[in-house]
Amino acid sequence: MSTTETLATPPPAKPTVEPLVRLEGVKKYFPITRGIIFQRKVGAVHAVDGVDLEIFPGETLGLVGETGCGKSTLARVVMRLHSLTEGKLWFDGRDVSNIRGRNLRDLRRDMQMVFQDPYASLNPRKTVGSIIGAPFRLHGTIPKNKVKGEVQELMELVGLNPEHYNRYPHEFSGGQRQRIGVARSLALRPKLIVCDEPVSALDVSIQAQILNLLEDLQNEFHLTYLFIAHDLSVVKHVSDRVAVMYLGKIVETAERDSLYAQPRHPYTGALMSAVPVPDPKLAKAKRRIILEGDVPSPIDPPSGCRFHPRCPRTQSLAKEQGLTDEHGAPLRFVPKCHDEEPLLTDQGPGHTAACHFPIDTRIIPVDIDTEGPGASP
Amino acid sequence: MLRYIIRRLLWVVLVLVVIVAITYSIFFLLPGGGSDAIANRFAGKQPNPEIVAEVKQQFGLDKPIYVQFYIFTRNLFLGDQYGWPGLGKSFVLRAPLKQVLVERMWVTIQLAVGAAVVWLLVGIPIGILSALRPRSIWDRAAMTFALIGISMPVFFIGPLALYVFVYKWHILPGSGYSPIGEDGLWQWFNHFILPWCVLALLYAAFYARLSRANLLDVMGEDYMRTARAKGLNERQVIVKHGLRSSLTPLVTVFGLDLAGLLAGAVITETVFNLPGLGQYAVRSVFSLDLYAILDVTIIAAFFVTLANLVVDIVYAFLDPRVRYT
Amino acid sequence: MPEPLLEVKNLRVHFPTEDGIVKAVDGVSFAIQPGETLGVVGESGSGKSVSFLTVMGLINRKSAIVEGEVIFQGQDLLNVPKEELQAIRGNKIGMIFQDPMTSLHPFYKVGDQIAETILAHEDISKKEAGTRAVDMLRRVGIPRPDERARQYPHEFSGGMRQRAMIAMALSLNPDLLIADEPTTALDVTVQAQILDLIDRLQSEFNTAVALITHDLGVVAEHCDYIQVMYAGRLVEVGTADDIYYQPMMPYTWGLLKSIPLLTAQEERLQPIRGLPPSLIHVPEGCPFNPRCPYVFDRCRVETPQLLPVDGFHAAACHLSLEDRKRIVEQEVLERT
Repeated sequence: MSTTETLATPPPAKPTVEPLVRLEGVKKYFPITRGIIFQRKVGAVHAVDGVDLEIFPGETLGLVGETGCGKSTLARVVMRLHSLTEGKLWFDGRDVSNIRGRNLRDLRRDMQMVFQDPYASLNPRKTVGSIIGAPFRLHGTIPKNKVKGEVQELMELVGLNPEHYNRYPHEFSGGQRQRIGVARSLALRPKLIVCDEPVSALDVSIQAQILNLLEDLQNEFHLTYLFIAHDLSVVKHVSDRVAVMYLGKIVETAERDSLYAQPRHPYTGALMSAVPVPDPKLAKAKRRIILEGDVPSPIDPPSGCRFHPRCPRTQSLAKEQGLTDEHGAPLRFVPKCHDEEPLLTDQGPGHTAACHFPIDTRIIPVDIDTEGPGASP
Repeated sequence: MLRYIIRRLLWVVLVLVVIVAITYSIFFLLPGGGSDAIANRFAGKQPNPEIVAEVKQQFGLDKPIYVQFYIFTRNLFLGDQYGWPGLGKSFVLRAPLKQVLVERMWVTIQLAVGAAVVWLLVGIPIGILSALRPRSIWDRAAMTFALIGISMPVFFIGPLALYVFVYKWHILPGSGYSPIGEDGLWQWFNHFILPWCVLALLYAAFYARLSRANLLDVMGEDYMRTARAKGLNERQVIVKHGLRSSLTPLVTVFGLDLAGLLAGAVITETVFNLPGLGQYAVRSVFSLDLYAILDVTIIAAFFVTLANLVVDIVYAFLDPRVRYT
Repeated sequence: MPEPLLEVKNLRVHFPTEDGIVKAVDGVSFAIQPGETLGVVGESGSGKSVSFLTVMGLINRKSAIVEGEVIFQGQDLLNVPKEELQAIRGNKIGMIFQDPMTSLHPFYKVGDQIAETILAHEDISKKEAGTRAVDMLRRVGIPRPDERARQYPHEFSGGMRQRAMIAMALSLNPDLLIADEPTTALDVTVQAQILDLIDRLQSEFNTAVALITHDLGVVAEHCDYIQVMYAGRLVEVGTADDIYYQPMMPYTWGLLKSIPLLTAQEERLQPIRGLPPSLIHVPEGCPFNPRCPYVFDRCRVETPQLLPVDGFHAAACHLSLEDRKRIVEQEVLERT
């Protein structure tokens, strides 16, 4: 069933173009230290723990996962706001893993960030004009007397009234402030824009305006987006490809349609099932997977597959097989998931997942009249 | 927790050593300082080189500065011939400093603690009542009082109070110190009540504003709404949920304020002629009494660093989110 | 129809400010039956939270003008003495809030905070209240509840704190639970856990629930009845099926069209144009008229009343029912 689905809409041929961003074995650990006079390392937060990822020019890569899964840290590593603990980062064909100083500054012209909280990310004491114009002044790309004109052009572009050049952020609504953030990020015509939960603080009717704006700008300027969100329906709407992250690792990547038609990793399945569906009948027909507990601590992540303590798939497999531990108590996981770390393996064209026992059931039925136990006529 | 306290105490020692070093440097590098100048000063009206040399030897000023510094620091922590801690000898009194400092510290402690009681009892209730009725007549009056209190310097309000209560109305005895053991409780209290109130005024005003601001902040917290939603009555909501979290930050401020005063309330002691540490500090500076200056500085530093430690420990008990390892 | 548990009649909550009067709630009437779940949907500033904070008496009456009636089990909560209101809060009506991080007092142990609620309403020993608090923590699915009861809120994760809040709100088996955006600050996976828990406890305790949210998905999955609020007014009420399959108010259409769906393939979202109105200068006539694509002259002068469509379903719109049915068929439902 799933294969026919994915074949019916063939995914675009694997791009032969060079990726704009490439990560290879990227790790970011934050050391935990003890001691007041002498600091000694007692452990580390494994925020990003071996990530391979490619982002191609002009595409939108959606990055999803729960709070604490490392997605924001990964974004900051890509932006080189954090240094890499290990691994390599290429941007536009250049190894930028260890560059610093002037080179790093030049690199930052090509990548910009849009933040989640439009209230906290704009300096309340600066006018909108000077906020949006700051990148010009910092990088000195255009003469000073042209900054104002350029800024007003940008304001127009993102749907702000250029006459409001001298207003302060508090005079704008949340959606308008997010437009200011977008305009600022566009100032230097970057190649990559990292959007860190850009719409999750906005009201629903405003969310759509910002999502459409980002889409228009991408088409106009051939932008590449790394789009981070916890809302799978927003990610579905904006992304060409999606990467799912759990406890510092990528557990599944796929073309958007392939992923949503058939998630392979049980974690992706659980995330998808958790999204509330604004359709009462469909909601009743949907497969409900409720994950237990919270994301474990990234200081001491679980062995084997990091998801195994919460994984509904390994639980049901262990139950089916009647597995027990040495005391005869039922096991809550299959030993393989506990002992062996799964690698990202091919699950179909452009689709990889890191799971020993990938799922093959749909989460959201396609047609509720024929599928789903709770469907009503 | 114990390990934390030990580590912090080691810090206190380190800070004291650094402070001694800095005070030494200032003393010897400033114009009018230096071994020769001091020795000259204490060598009588017509100093000749022999007497100066003798004075230098007597005072221990003949050795290089770093040796002097070493001996002083060693004595401080390990004790000298007058006992522990080794506080040295006064050039002016030609006598051990310990006795003098202990007497003067006792006066300062009475002044500072008494004033602290007054400002806590006055400032915090005013602040709380203001916060409970924001923008009311009471609130406006209280905050006007606070503003005046903060802007009144002790050297103005002190003499004014003396003039009114002592010289005009004759309801209080004059300035000076009246030890509780010699003249009895009533005399002692009568002599202290004015300095307490004058010294407390500024702090009371400041604490009123601080506790008002803190409580107003806390009143807007989500957990206050939760407390009301639980069905607690307003008194429980304010006393148990509001005051605890709004007054906890005052612990930090109070610890440091009190420590600062324990090192000597210079102006108050001078105005009311109280023989405290602050008064002594000023005197020692004018008379270039090296060890007295060092001792007073060390006592001040000791109180402040110790207060910091005590505040941090108390805070950890009051706020469970703060834990030390 | 049986006696409603809660009946709100023509509620108005206005806050006088220096810039003018903020009409946060402006003439809202609704009822909740025992045991049912009412979903209240709206964006920020729609008045959904303020109206329920008023029900709980958590709006400072000194800074607000409150008019209307809030009849709960036969008593008008707007006019009962303070002591009686305190006896109802936490006891007959429980409430949980958006941010579980800040809703618990950081200085007190979680178990003690729950016990405090019980002690405020029942004359039992502290020890007994403590035991019941642990029992409540167990019922909301907190593992090792006796150990957890002795911990402070900062030792709990967001989801666990919201569970603790629910335990507190339900500790006296209230007849009504008001959940004000209970999952907005949480991850989707934890949101699913919490909503599931509320569903389960609701049937266990037979509590009526008012679920306030901006998420149309959450109400679709969990509510029997839904009311949509805009600019301090109710603009549409109905069953979940009414609101999702037969919406009769352009604002509801706008909401449904502007959210990205997990289930549909759309090229472009259709946002509602413009911004929500200022509550000081609410537009004349229909409050939605400046943003409504179907606006006509009457909308700008006359405020539409909430009129029945069929059965329980009602909407406030001047368009004729036929026109609205046609628009729904042609433009709104095509997505799914």
